Parts: sequence; C-alpha cells; structure tokens
Amino acid sequence: MQLLANVLIGKLNWHALQHSAVTMGGVAAMAFGLLAIAGALTYYKKWRWLWREWLTSLDPKKIGVMYIVVALVMLLRGISDALLIRTQQVTSVGSAHGVIPSDQFQQVFSAHGTIMIFFAAMGLLFGIINLVLPLQIGARDVAFPFLNSTSFWLYVAGAVLINASLAIGDFSAAGWLAYPPLSETQYSPTVGVDYWIWSLQIAGIGSLLSGINFLTTIFKLRAPGMALMKMPMFVWSVFGSMSLVVFAFPILTVTLTLLALDRTLGMHFFTAGGGANAMMYVNLIWAWGHPEVYILVLPAFGIYSEVVATFSRKRLFGYTSMVWAIWGIVFLSFTVWLHHFFTMGAGADVNAFFGIMTMIISVPTGVKIFNWLFTMYRGRIHFTTPMLWFIGFMVLFTIGGVAGVLLAVPPADFQLHNSLFLVAHFHTMIISGVLFGYFAGLTYWFPKIFGFKLNERLGKYAFWCWLSGFILAFVPLYFLGLMGATRRLDHYDASMGWRPMFIVAGIGVLIICLGVALQVLQLAVSIWQRRENRDTTGDPWNGRTLEWSVPSPAPVYNFAVVPKVTERDQFWADKNKKQKTKNTEPTYESIELPKNTPMGIFIAGFAFLFGFGAVWHIVWLCVVGLLGVITTIVIRSNDEHTEYHLSASEIKKLELAARGDAV
Amino acid sequence: MNQEHSKVVISHHHPVAASLKRYLIGFILSLYLTSLAYILAVRHNLTMYWLGGTVLGLALLQFVIQLICFLHLGTETKPRWKLAVFWLMILVVGILIIGSLWIMAGLNYRMSPSQVNQYLRGQDSL
Amino acid sequence: MSAAASSAEQLARALSAQRDKDDKSQLGFWIYLMTDCVLFATLFATYAVLRHNTFGGPSGHSLFRPGYVLIETLLLLTSSFTCGLAILTARLQRRKYVLSMLLLTAILGAAFLIMEVTEFRHLVTEGNSWRRSGFLSAFFTLVGTHGLHILTGLLWLSVLLVKISRQGVNAVNLKRLTLFSLFWHFLDLVWIFIFTFVYLFGVSGL
Repeated sequence: MQLLANVLIGKLNWHALQHSAVTMGGVAAMAFGLLAIAGALTYYKKWRWLWREWLTSLDPKKIGVMYIVVALVMLLRGISDALLIRTQQVTSVGSAHGVIPSDQFQQVFSAHGTIMIFFAAMGLLFGIINLVLPLQIGARDVAFPFLNSTSFWLYVAGAVLINASLAIGDFSAAGWLAYPPLSETQYSPTVGVDYWIWSLQIAGIGSLLSGINFLTTIFKLRAPGMALMKMPMFVWSVFGSMSLVVFAFPILTVTLTLLALDRTLGMHFFTAGGGANAMMYVNLIWAWGHPEVYILVLPAFGIYSEVVATFSRKRLFGYTSMVWAIWGIVFLSFTVWLHHFFTMGAGADVNAFFGIMTMIISVPTGVKIFNWLFTMYRGRIHFTTPMLWFIGFMVLFTIGGVAGVLLAVPPADFQLHNSLFLVAHFHTMIISGVLFGYFAGLTYWFPKIFGFKLNERLGKYAFWCWLSGFILAFVPLYFLGLMGATRRLDHYDASMGWRPMFIVAGIGVLIICLGVALQVLQLAVSIWQRRENRDTTGDPWNGRTLEWSVPSPAPVYNFAVVPKVTERDQFWADKNKKQKTKNTEPTYESIELPKNTPMGIFIAGFAFLFGFGAVWHIVWLCVVGLLGVITTIVIRSNDEHTEYHLSASEIKKLELAARGDAV
Repeated sequence: MNQEHSKVVISHHHPVAASLKRYLIGFILSLYLTSLAYILAVRHNLTMYWLGGTVLGLALLQFVIQLICFLHLGTETKPRWKLAVFWLMILVVGILIIGSLWIMAGLNYRMSPSQVNQYLRGQDSL
Repeated sequence: MSAAASSAEQLARALSAQRDKDDKSQLGFWIYLMTDCVLFATLFATYAVLRHNTFGGPSGHSLFRPGYVLIETLLLLTSSFTCGLAILTARLQRRKYVLSMLLLTAILGAAFLIMEVTEFRHLVTEGNSWRRSGFLSAFFTLVGTHGLHILTGLLWLSVLLVKISRQGVNAVNLKRLTLFSLFWHFLDLVWIFIFTFVYLFGVSGL
C-alpha cells in the first residue's frame, strides 16, 4: 500500500497541506485573487478573448504586458514577505518572539529574495524589453517569436511552482541562494529547497532562451541604416545585458543541477563529506550571481538614458563613452564575483585582486552618472514622473554605490559581510537602480502600448512615498549594520538597542506600501480617465527615438513601412525637418506575422509537471513532463503554417484607423 | 516556398568541392592528433616534463582545426557576429575556469585542516 | 511588367527572404552553442576542482581504460565527418546519399553511446557509482551530460531522417540539417576536452 502510494504520489501526503496561520493567510489571499479573476472572466465571458488575444499571442507587445502583469503580482508577494520580515524584527525582541516562529521566518526571507530577483525584477526586465526593443530598432518582432512565447510561459511555470510551495509543502529556509551544506538533504530534508531549485531552473531556461532571442534580434533585425552606433542607448544596454544573460545563466543551470543531483541522486558535489567541496557552490553561484545584478541594472541605466534625454529636450551627452561604459561594465562584471565571499578565506592575494576589480567597476557607472548630469545641464527639464524616478535614483544610487566601494575593501568587508550594512547597500542599488528605472520605463512607455498616459499627479505622489519610504526603511539599516546587526536575524536582545531603528525601518516599509497603493490607484484612475489622457499623436512626450513614430497603441505590425535610418535619434531629426518635406503617401507592402499558438503554453505546462514531479519524487510525472516537452517541440516543428499575411490594403485600413487623418 | 525556389536557394550556398577538401583535411588531422595524444599519454606519465602541456596543446590544436574545418568558423560575411560571440565565450570561459581554479586552490589550501596544521607547525608559509 | 520579369523578381525576393531566415536561425543556434560551451566549462571547472577527491576510493588512474576510450573517440570523430558529408550531399540535392550518410552518423553515434553506457554500468556494478566520491560525481555528471547531449542529437537525427526521407531535401530541411550538423560537430569538440582532460590526464594522475 505504501509502495503504491510512493509510486503514485512520491513524497506527497496530507502533511504537505498543514500550515501555520500566517501561511494559510497567504494561501487564502492567493486563492481569493485567482478566484476573483476567474470569476470576472466568467461573468464577462472573456475566457475566449483572453486565450485568443493574449495567452496564445506571439506579439511581443502582448507578451511584454503579460510579463509585467505577472512580475507586478510577484512584486506584491515579495513586498508582503518584506512586511513580515520588518514586523518580525520589530516585535521579536528580548522575551517576545515575534509573529512567526524561527523556521518560518527563514522561509520568508528566502522567499523574499528569490521572488524579488527571479520573478519580480527579471519579469519586469523581459517585459519591458519585449515592449520596447523591436520598436526602437525599427523591427516588427523579435528574431524568434515562438521562442519568445515559450520563454514567457516557462517563466510563468517557475512562478506557479514557487507559489505552489506556499500551499503544498514548504519553501527553502536556506536564503535566496541556498548555500550547501545547509541546502543539502542532510540539513534541509523537506521539499523546500527542491521547490527553490526547480522553479529557478525552469524560469532560468526561459531567461537563457530570451537572451539568445534578443541578441539575435539586435544583430539581425535592425532597420536598414541603423548601424550599431546609431542605436538608441536603451538598445545598447539590452545588448550588454543579454550578452551577460547568455554567458552567465548556463553557470546557474549547472550549479542548480549539481545541487539537485546531490539531493536526488546522492552525489557529492557540495555535501559535508564524501569528497565534496561546498565552497565550490559559493564560487559558482556568485560567478552567475554577480553578472545577474548587472543584467538587471544595465537596461535600467538604458531607460534612464532615454528618459533624461527626452525630458531635458537634449540629446544624450557622451554617446560613445556611454557605449564604452556599458561594455566596460559587461566585461568587468565577470571579474568581481569573489567580493561576495571575501570572508570564505581564499587568501590575501585573491581578495586583493577581486577587491581592486570591484573598485574599478564603479568607474564606468560613474561615467554614466556624469553623462546624465551633463545631458541635463543647459537642457529644458520637464519634471515628469519618469524624470522624478531618475532624480531619486541619482541621489540614492550614489550613496549606495559609495557604500559598495567601501565594501569592496576586503578588510572592511570582513567587518561588514552579512551585516545589515550589506543588506542596505544592495537594496539601495536594486531599488533605486533597477526598480526606479523600471518604474520610470513603465510610465514612459505606457502610452505607446495602451494609447493613454498614466495619471501624473498620482504617479508623483507614489514616487515621493517610495523615496521617503525607502530612506526611512534602509538608512537605519546602514547604521544597524555598523553597530553589529547581522542579516536574517529573527530575534535579538533588547540590550542591543536596535529596536528603535527597526521601528523606523518598519515605518519606512509602510510608507513604501502606501506608495504601492497609490500606484495601484494610479492605474485604476488612469484606466477610468483614459479618454481624457488619450495619446492621439503617438508621441506624447516629444520623444527622440523610433517608437514614437508609430501610433499609440502601437499596431501589431509596429511599422507599416520599414523605417529608413540615417542618424541617431532619427525620429527627432525627422520631426525637426518636417516643415521642409512634403508628406507623400507611403507605399504599403504585405506583411508576414506569426500566428497565435498554444504550443508555448503546453511546453511550459509539461515543464511544470516535470518540476513538480522532481520536487515530490513522483517519477512517472517527470517522465510525462519530459516526454510532453519533447513531443510538443516535435509537433510544433512539423507545423508548416506558422505565419499569416496582412495585405497592403488591410494595413492601409489599419493605419488610417489608427492615425485618423494624419497618415 | 515551392520546389523551384528551393532548388535555386540551395545552390546558392558555398561551393561543394572546397568544402569536401576542408572536411577531409579536418578529419585526417584530427585522427592524427588524437592518436598522437593517445600514444603520448599511454606510453608516458604526463606529469613528467612538459608532456601534460604537450597533450593539452594537441587538444587545443585539434579544437581549432575542427572549429575551422567542421564548424566553418571565420567564413561568414561581415558583420562577423558568430566570431565575435565565439571570442566573448572564450574570454568568459577562460576567466571562469582560471578564476575558479585560482580561488579554489587558495580556499582548499587555507581551509583544509592538514595544510593549516602544516602552516601552524611552521613548516609552510601561507 | 512582364510575367517572366515579375517571376524572377519573386524568386530573388524569396531567395533573399529565405537566406535571411537561415542566417537568423544559424546565428541564434550558434549563440545557443556558445551558451552550451559555458555550461560545459562550468562542469569542467567542477571536475577539475573535485578530480582528486576520491574519498578513499579509486581514482581515474585505476579506473580509466584509454584504449576503450580511444575507440569511442574515433567513432565520434568519424560520425562528425560523415555528418559533414551529409551536408555536402544535401547541397547537391542527392537525397539517397544524404540519408545514407545520416544513417551512418546515427549508427556511429549510437555505437559511441552504447560503449559509454557500458563503461558506466561497469563502474556502477563494481561499486564505483556517482555516490562513491566527489570525483566520481563530477566524472559521471560531466561525461554523462555529454552523453545526454549525444542522445538528444540522435533523437533529433531520427526526426530529420524521417522528414528527409518523406519530403526530400527542401530549404527548410536543409536549414534544420545544417543546425543539426553544427550541434553534432560541437559535441565532438567538447569530447576532445573530455578525452584529454578526463581520460588522458586522469590515467596519469594529473
């Protein structure tokens, strides 16, 4: 009987559904959300529409929006975890022991980091690239549209798997990077670490495929005349970031696999004993991990370049040095990874080398900051919401950055490693660098995708909440770290005197939550007011680059006529010449576009089954998942009719409808 | 695309005779280098002299030969994206392997009890 | 415009469009191969770090049989060559030769894989499985990953064989065949390093 159960459902049993009150609260919230959405879809009879218009679409604009929706939901989950952490660290002092037990706290901070990096940040990243990259290079799509869809659905499969861990079983308690031997079976016998491994592995493959896709897009699909040095700076930043993706993610794939092999097949890569070497895990995971943070921040820098130039009414200062700075960062990001484990004991010479390289990598970033400042200098600055996000970034990132240079000094790091000083540093970089940048980009390009602007006033309120909330939440952490507080503390003595600062930090997070609420409100109000805020020209900000030359919302084919590029900021140049040239009727040609397909969903669905089976040791499920993926790929490869045509006359009709009289 | 188009498209690729020579040269050279490395390794202990380095060199040579003869590296028209991505890969792989070996050697030396004991007994310098 | 001229124009356009598609696919696939190189490099680095961690068990010096591995190497190398010949005959549109060269490639590849699985089984039954030590974990994973790639290649090859025997060598099949050949050659390239660093060095205790 037991054997039959083992074969059918592996390690799964009723125990997996037993949870604490807080966890059940989380599960209930998730379930409620899903039911609400399903209910709305049923009530308004929109299932078919959802399937046809969105889920099976290969239009990168649609895929981009879906990425962003999922990523924002995951961001909310990550912020909920952050709230729990702050609450615990305010209440778990002296004789009190907080709101959740210790082992749960460890799952909470592990989930917080994992979800924020892999699902919130990466999701927003790929979403924005999908929306903007083809438009900015004058292309109609990415290089491999079907691969694009598959990448998105693999990302969703990973997200579903990690959320499943909340309801069925538990999550990893080994931090967001699951160092062994703690993450090995001996010390983490439950399925938590396996959930961590497989959700990241599946989503990671999606990321890798996206990297290949976007690189090929940049190489091969630029509009005629758009030489590399004529590309918008955002495109250069994506080029750099995707180069990092393509070379760093395989390291993650291997490292996760080796840990999985240790846990499932009894191998000895990182175990405590058996001739293993756990330090190799730390080495490999950071060889991926450091490039990963640059993968996230480079496109944010690219967004800032676009935003600053547009809202200073000036072209970007120092284009060439910006390009060199990107490539300097790309190269150097592969030479600094040891700074994450100075204290592991590789020796003074090794530490010195990596410390110096770490200090050097701040230089190209500094170049960028100066170039943005010089762009603003003598420009006519418009303090729109995106510009505010940029200014907030400039101030905070500089502070966090110099904290980083301090940490780059190995002797200093020996004191500050794994303290709250470190936590404050990387949150400063990621929130002000990556998150503010993505917020700026979302606000900036929102009208291009949806056809109307977001409410400016609410956006500004939200920004000020985020800025002040961030300062309150994280500046105390710098001090706490210097006072000796380590990270991941679930309890401390009242005599430490840390509590007041933790209270301030808690208030900060609440203000950030207010900011988030304002952003949600902003979205709702903007949709309500969409007719007043409609973008009728396609160019609501007086932009400089090609995406502003198409109507808003951008048509499925992006450009009715492939643009010809002769210089940087081609659209800006055309606009300013417009008085001289007469508007001739453009000649339309038929366009080939990819058909919708559910195959990407199926591949990811089978991948999810494989992952779930791997977590719970349900062998037949893994087999089904693997065979399903292979079969779907083979079936798809047999499909000869994957594209459809829009005739020239159809395009003309669509263009007239979109542009009105101004064709 | 119909059959007519297909045939014309295909015949526009690189000429066949030159390619055959390339594949043959690559194959024969690879056979030769493999056998040479094998004989060196089984007849001698590679830890002696520079034999280890020689066998490594033979491997690298075969790597380059197969890259050029089988994978046609360097034959694409400009822009040479394949070549550029290849060099970037070599760079990353080099940094990863050399860096990891250097780091792990340092760690293993300083973090393994036997070595540390030797140091403490004054028989070694870190 | 005359019918002949417009048909020639159509042909030129189709040619250019197909070539663009082929170039795009080849470049994308090439980038994937570069990522696979980094994947194998990570496995090699791990093997290099763990290769002497025998945990009291046997090392490569006692376990590896160079003669056996030499035969494996020659099988794989030859299959890489026959794969190249398959591409050449495909360009000449000689379907029969393409099929026979591909079949030969498959047989040689399968023989390689059978020899490798036999070697693995032998090690496992003698008690030297991947659980025995860090060295053996690294060995089985590195060589096994290569073997899994070969298996995937053989599966791909069989799908191609079916397609080409049914549809002949059209533009799409040639494109896919070219991608397959890139993959297959790449696997032989990786094997050079496994042969050298794992087996030849291992036998000398390096």
